[in-house]
Amino acid sequence: MRDLIIIGGGPAGLAAAYAAYEKGVRDILIIERDAKLGGILNQCIHNGFGLHRFGEELSGPEYAGRYIAMLKDTGVEVYSDTMVLELRPDRTVCAVSAARGYVELQAKAIVLAMGCRERTRGAISIPGKRPSGVFTAGAAQRYLNMEGWLCGKRVVILGSGDIGLIMARRMTLEGAKVLACVEVMPYSGGLNRNIVQCLHDFDIPLYLSHTVTDIRGDKRLTGVTVMKVDDRRMPIPGTEMDFDCDTLLLSVGLIPENELTRQAGITISKTNGPVVFDNMETSLPGVFACGNVVHVHDLVDFVSEEAARAGSAAADRIFGKLPGESAVSVLTGNAVSYTVPQYIRDSENEKAVSVSFRVNKVMENVTIEVQGKEKTLCSYKRAHMAPGEMEKIVIPRVLLKNETAVTVAIKE
Amino acid sequence: MYDVLIIGCGVVGAAAAYALSRYDLRVAVIEKENDVAMGASRANSAIIHAGFDPEEGTLDALLNVRGCAMAEELCRRLDVPYKKNGSLVISFSPEEDAAIDRLYARGVANGVPGLRVVGYDELHEMEPNLTPDARKALYAPSAGIVSPWDYALAMAEVAVRNGTGLFLETEVTGAKKSEEGWIIRTNRGDLEARYVVNCAGVHSGEVHDMACPHTFDIIPCKGQYFLLDKSEGAKFTHTLFQCPSKVGKGVLVSPTVHGNLIVGPDAVNVPDPDDTSTTAQQLAFIKRAAAKTTSAVDYRAQIRNFAGVRANNSAGGFIISFGEKGWLDAAGIKSPGLTAAPAIGEYLAELLEKDGLALNPRAGFVDGRKVVRFKELSSEEKNSLIARDPRYGRVICRCETVTEGEIVASTRTEIPARTVDGVKRRTNAGMGRCQGGFCGPRVVEILARESGVEMKDVLKDKTGSYILSEKL
Ligand SMILES: Cc1cc2nc3c(=O)[nH]c(=O)nc-3n(C[C@H](O)[C@H](O)[C@H](O)COP(=O)(O)OP(=O)(O)OC[C@H]3O[C@@H](n4cnc5c(N)ncnc54)[C@H](O)[C@@H]3O)c2cc1C
Ligand SMILES: Cc1cc2nc3c(=O)[nH]c(=O)nc-3n(C[C@H](O)[C@H](O)[C@H](O)COP(=O)(O)OP(=O)(O)OC[C@H]3O[C@@H](n4cnc5c(N)ncnc54)[C@H](O)[C@@H]3O)c2cc1C
Repeated sequence: MRDLIIIGGGPAGLAAAYAAYEKGVRDILIIERDAKLGGILNQCIHNGFGLHRFGEELSGPEYAGRYIAMLKDTGVEVYSDTMVLELRPDRTVCAVSAARGYVELQAKAIVLAMGCRERTRGAISIPGKRPSGVFTAGAAQRYLNMEGWLCGKRVVILGSGDIGLIMARRMTLEGAKVLACVEVMPYSGGLNRNIVQCLHDFDIPLYLSHTVTDIRGDKRLTGVTVMKVDDRRMPIPGTEMDFDCDTLLLSVGLIPENELTRQAGITISKTNGPVVFDNMETSLPGVFACGNVVHVHDLVDFVSEEAARAGSAAADRIFGKLPGESAVSVLTGNAVSYTVPQYIRDSENEKAVSVSFRVNKVMENVTIEVQGKEKTLCSYKRAHMAPGEMEKIVIPRVLLKNETAVTVAIKE
Repeated sequence: MYDVLIIGCGVVGAAAAYALSRYDLRVAVIEKENDVAMGASRANSAIIHAGFDPEEGTLDALLNVRGCAMAEELCRRLDVPYKKNGSLVISFSPEEDAAIDRLYARGVANGVPGLRVVGYDELHEMEPNLTPDARKALYAPSAGIVSPWDYALAMAEVAVRNGTGLFLETEVTGAKKSEEGWIIRTNRGDLEARYVVNCAGVHSGEVHDMACPHTFDIIPCKGQYFLLDKSEGAKFTHTLFQCPSKVGKGVLVSPTVHGNLIVGPDAVNVPDPDDTSTTAQQLAFIKRAAAKTTSAVDYRAQIRNFAGVRANNSAGGFIISFGEKGWLDAAGIKSPGLTAAPAIGEYLAELLEKDGLALNPRAGFVDGRKVVRFKELSSEEKNSLIARDPRYGRVICRCETVTEGEIVASTRTEIPARTVDGVKRRTNAGMGRCQGGFCGPRVVEILARESGVEMKDVLKDKTGSYILSEKL
């Protein structure tokens, strides 16, 4: 029996390992299917990581490098090039690699840190032909940043998620012509700073409330049709615009990678990630989760923070320190699409608990309220809120003392 | 000089090649695309139909029932994913109840084994996710599901192993009578044979007209589909047809042999036989039509939509006959052509023999095929395989758990994978929920390495479908 196994060696897995080490766990194994640690950060060669965590702007690999350096000499073991195929409810991990073959390992605690995957064309059902030249933005980013290949010359980007925005700039800088960025919602799904730095600065038009309705080409993509959509997101006839392009990049959302989680019978929430308590423990005791596998983060700094909580709680579990029994449910109210955690348990040594969430529309000058049974427990002012930006509030635990459920809502 | 030239390597051409490869003959298959099964044989419902559908007494009925009976043993021998899951034709109204009884009678006349009409309670017990409107059904336990491209590929591979030639990227452009048979014109030069078998699918009309008087028209009829995640496939066991009615044949809902769910097809005649585009309108229609059968499908779990074109024809059924001396058509092979294919292959061999082609057994004929599917192995088998070849320890496609070893193996068979989609058809890499988003770039790398070409020369699918444009 091992003490702690961490599945996934991205920023979440790394920070969880470090936190568990700091709390005294010495038998820690990270299992990573890629050849090296760092996760998605390895292909994010742009700056913009680490402002909160390290107070400076790092590239993705640099940010990962900081954590990898912190883990040096800690004795944390890493199985790289190793894929976890199965997680059993008894906390047995089945993994396969060329070096070690097929192994089954059981641990006192497990941290799930598998990240997420990109949604594809099929998942959003774009009709038309099926030529080559349709890529997820992340796949194009990987080709470009890790292998040095440009996948096309005339590009339309569907979706204004951060990866798409960053790729608009990156491909332009490498000599491709980005014709348009098309977003079905009336607002962008990406960070505001990315809209400015990646689209506006390069005169790339952003078509809000538009979508791709046809894909042409028998071999390679030859063009797409873009149409305006109504407020039910249905294309409006007569608004067709044709673009001649050889590449369509899809930046239409990320889905937490929870096949292993489901297999183990862990409860899944509407974020498609596991339901978690405030210490990031899932419905299966001893199994924790953090990072994009729980909910999609925009900033890696918050991934690290969440992961540290998971790692340290895993350490508590290993040392036999169990969390309180009773739990307060965190419910979603007006304009809030989800919260993490969904449950808060008593804690002796923490004075406050942080709750992350996203809103489902763009709003100005609003108040976030945490409502209890009889009254509003606390509130937080915001000048601007948008679905593209994850929100975080810190609730003093004393306020939760007499509650069984609280609701996070936006007062407009 | 060939004894037989087969035009087209869909499942019918492949089955013909497989049937003939047992005999001491010089045979080659001519295929215009860069792989086998690039036409209707890769875009269909993938159902092994039991055989109650075709009119009794027709050749279609005979070949359908025979093909269905052959499927289980053939798929075992050729290691083709197949499952005898049984089908249900469901009635939703009293008129349809009567139609179910007529279908039953026709099936019995066609010799379909085990047919039975099941009542409301049994039906809903067999398939708990039907709408309450489902009244009763015709149950055909002999029906099954298959991996259609694998079926074609496996038969073609065994044929090639036993000496059959395969000319890919070779398009037949004309035909001329010669002294001993036919001269076939292609974009790569002429070939000559005593017999020609036309298996050109939706193009079989044009190919027929190159050699024979015009006797039939192909009426291309497109069908579109949703393919959904395994989460949806797990909700059903049988293939669920709607009772055919005046308005149409209805759409089917079925698990696939890979565990996904398929919903479709519609049927719309199209002018262009190669038009495999999908449309928002028809996809919406399919969703609505399928809602009659079940409301349990969560379309948010769709992973792909696609379309195939049926070779419907003015003659009504399969056109399997000599169009000229030495020219045998297997034309207009519409549904249930996938089911019937192995029976069609044997039937074509019989027709050729009757016409005077000597069928002497080929010495050293080697049948059968075995494919390593890592995912299906026991832990001990996994370990011993990895010990022998560590590439089986490297998972490339995470959704379907396909290893580098399997991908490399797929590039070393009788008909090696050359494209990303070719790898996908042979190994399932990229078939899963992320549709190659993750493994695509890695498959490109492996293909480039294994076939000794540059990454930019690796294609997604058909000739011209390049993936990468420029190395920086
Ligand atoms: C393209 C892109 C651009 C971004 N840009 C910025 C930015 O500019 N600034 C910023 O602060 N943040 C940015 N982010 C956000 C931040 O980088 C991510 O939120 C963060 O990387 C998520 O970390 P993670 O560890 O949860 O997931 P990941 O980084 O995805 O790591 C998950 C790891 O788990 C491994 N894994 C998964 N399944 C298995 C398995 N079964 N067996 C073994 N290993 C497995 C994977 O290989 C991977 O290494 C960006 C994110 C993306 C995707
Ligand atoms: C929507 C749909 C659903 C179906 N569902 C089922 C089902 O569930 N069960 C079932 O049994 N059947 C089904 N069918 C029918 C079945 O798919 C077909 O009958 C079968 O695939 C036909 O095989 P084929 O080899 O004749 O044609 P194809 O697979 O189309 O092969 C013809 C080949 O000929 C090649 N070719 C054409 N012209 C030339 C040329 N000039 N030179 C060289 N090569 C040429 C093409 O490239 C192609 O590879 C369905 C069909 C469709 C379209």
